[in-house]
Amino acid sequence: MASLPDNPDALYGDVIMEHYRSPRHRRRLERPDAEAEEFNPFCGDRANLQLQLAKAASKVAVIAGVSAVAEGCSIIQASASLLADGVHGRTVDEASDLSQLFRDLMQGKPLPPVALEELGELSALEVVRQYPVRVKCALLPWVALEEGLRRLNRR
Amino acid sequence: MTTVINTPGIPGRDGSGHPHGLDVIDPHRIRQDFPILRQEVNGKPLVYLDNAATTQKPQAVIDAISNYYLHNNANVHRGVHTLSQRATDDYEAGREAVRRFINAPDANEVIYVRGTTEGLNLVASSYGRRYFKAGDEVIITGMEHHSNIVPWQILGKEIGIRLRVVPFNDDGELLMDQYETMLNDRTRMVSVVHQSNALGTVNPIPEMVELAHARGIHVMVDAAQSVPHMPVDVQALGADFLTFSGHKMYGPTGIGALWGRAELLDDMPPYQSGGEMIRSVTFEETIYNTLPHKFEAGTPDIAGAIGLGAAVEYLESIGMERIAAYEQALLRYGTEKLRDIEGVRLIGTAEEKGGVLSFHMEAAHPHDIGTILDAEGVAVRTGHHCAQPVMARYGIPATVRASLAFYNTTDDIDALVKAIDRVIEVFG
Repeated sequence: MASLPDNPDALYGDVIMEHYRSPRHRRRLERPDAEAEEFNPFCGDRANLQLQLAKAASKVAVIAGVSAVAEGCSIIQASASLLADGVHGRTVDEASDLSQLFRDLMQGKPLPPVALEELGELSALEVVRQYPVRVKCALLPWVALEEGLRRLNRR
Repeated sequence: MTTVINTPGIPGRDGSGHPHGLDVIDPHRIRQDFPILRQEVNGKPLVYLDNAATTQKPQAVIDAISNYYLHNNANVHRGVHTLSQRATDDYEAGREAVRRFINAPDANEVIYVRGTTEGLNLVASSYGRRYFKAGDEVIITGMEHHSNIVPWQILGKEIGIRLRVVPFNDDGELLMDQYETMLNDRTRMVSVVHQSNALGTVNPIPEMVELAHARGIHVMVDAAQSVPHMPVDVQALGADFLTFSGHKMYGPTGIGALWGRAELLDDMPPYQSGGEMIRSVTFEETIYNTLPHKFEAGTPDIAGAIGLGAAVEYLESIGMERIAAYEQALLRYGTEKLRDIEGVRLIGTAEEKGGVLSFHMEAAHPHDIGTILDAEGVAVRTGHHCAQPVMARYGIPATVRASLAFYNTTDDIDALVKAIDRVIEVFG
């Protein structure tokens, strides 16, 4: 296991703490088009995602409504909040691409040059890679997202 | 068995000759017996406070295991050659050490198992399938580890038995009046944890046994957390079965013991079948071996059993009375320190409890606390401790658990407190 960074507080930077303390998109949707929940039986962490589509002016359906509710540590909560911000306004395909990009980031895979711009604030979670046991906390809401996107595609 | 045991210095005792307080053990001398403790983690001295999960191993245990593999490795109870004889002698010496340690009447009543989980499963499976019928009841408590819940639930599905659960109060103490009313003509077994892994509560086993025996009900005790930390005498407890793990008592993983009354074990069917557990086999009929071999199918964990024997001898060289007295004093010290920290809520405050400091902080999730503590070199367990019903009882998903051993010091507690202060700085 990699050793921890010199500053043990590195994990708890401004973006993560801000999204942990004030998570976005926690309000439940009245008529979600898809809902998915993931649960980690080892630690009890839970992430619930609701997605709602709407036709934009371009006639392509985008995720116009998203609700992300996570129970657990700061990392899962920040990740769920950043996820919700990230997929809001994107098409299903774009959200799916973002999810793949985030997975690659967390698994330390080489990223295309535009990736950091594409990920935006989500790149703040890259620090979690230095705490390998916590990576699953960051990924749990994204597992729920991927299931939610599959359900949208099946409609 | 040729195990060298480092005998720690005999510390001061009071005039009555009874051990008291932190001076009964010199933990700095004890720590010399545990090589693993001499290391830094994340640039800080290791503070190991996860002893309820597993304890570290003294040099004497490590030596006993490597001595077996270096000089005596052979299968047991099978060969007439010298190595097999040595391996068998040391393997059986481990069993005798366990018998002595828990004051069992007969070494043949001591069955080697993989650990507490297997001990509980063995009894549920063998005793349960033999004696239980639909409508029968098994009593457990609300503070059981999952390993003393799930085996009975599986039997419940198969046979139709009903599980009754004794509740506990906010301090983590069993409601004994409710236990008493739960005992009835349908009760077939009481299976209860001696010391709760999540709360530290030490349950009143002799009293529970007396009430059960008055109705002819047998009692099984999960002693995984008690045997390593206090004198445990199966005859004084009065129980019918008792099981514990080697790795939580400074021995190796993969080995533990189940003790049971011979008259009960004799009547129970084998748990697993194969080699060792038979007397004779034809394709028409198999005659089972006698105790304890009837329950030890296959080549056992020989090195583990020898390591367990070495762990027993090591603990005996210090004395369980002294270990218990020291850990109680350290628990009092830690309890006072943690009570003084605003925002820390101790979970498990029973009058009778062992060296477990389980706590919850509103400000930070246990995972976040665990990560910050690790950065300070402090190893604790975070999570539900395989006792989800306990967490549900307190309305929390998880706790942070610092659990003590006799090699821990007040410095370790101080390091824990300092690390919690860091949590408050970050999450405050």
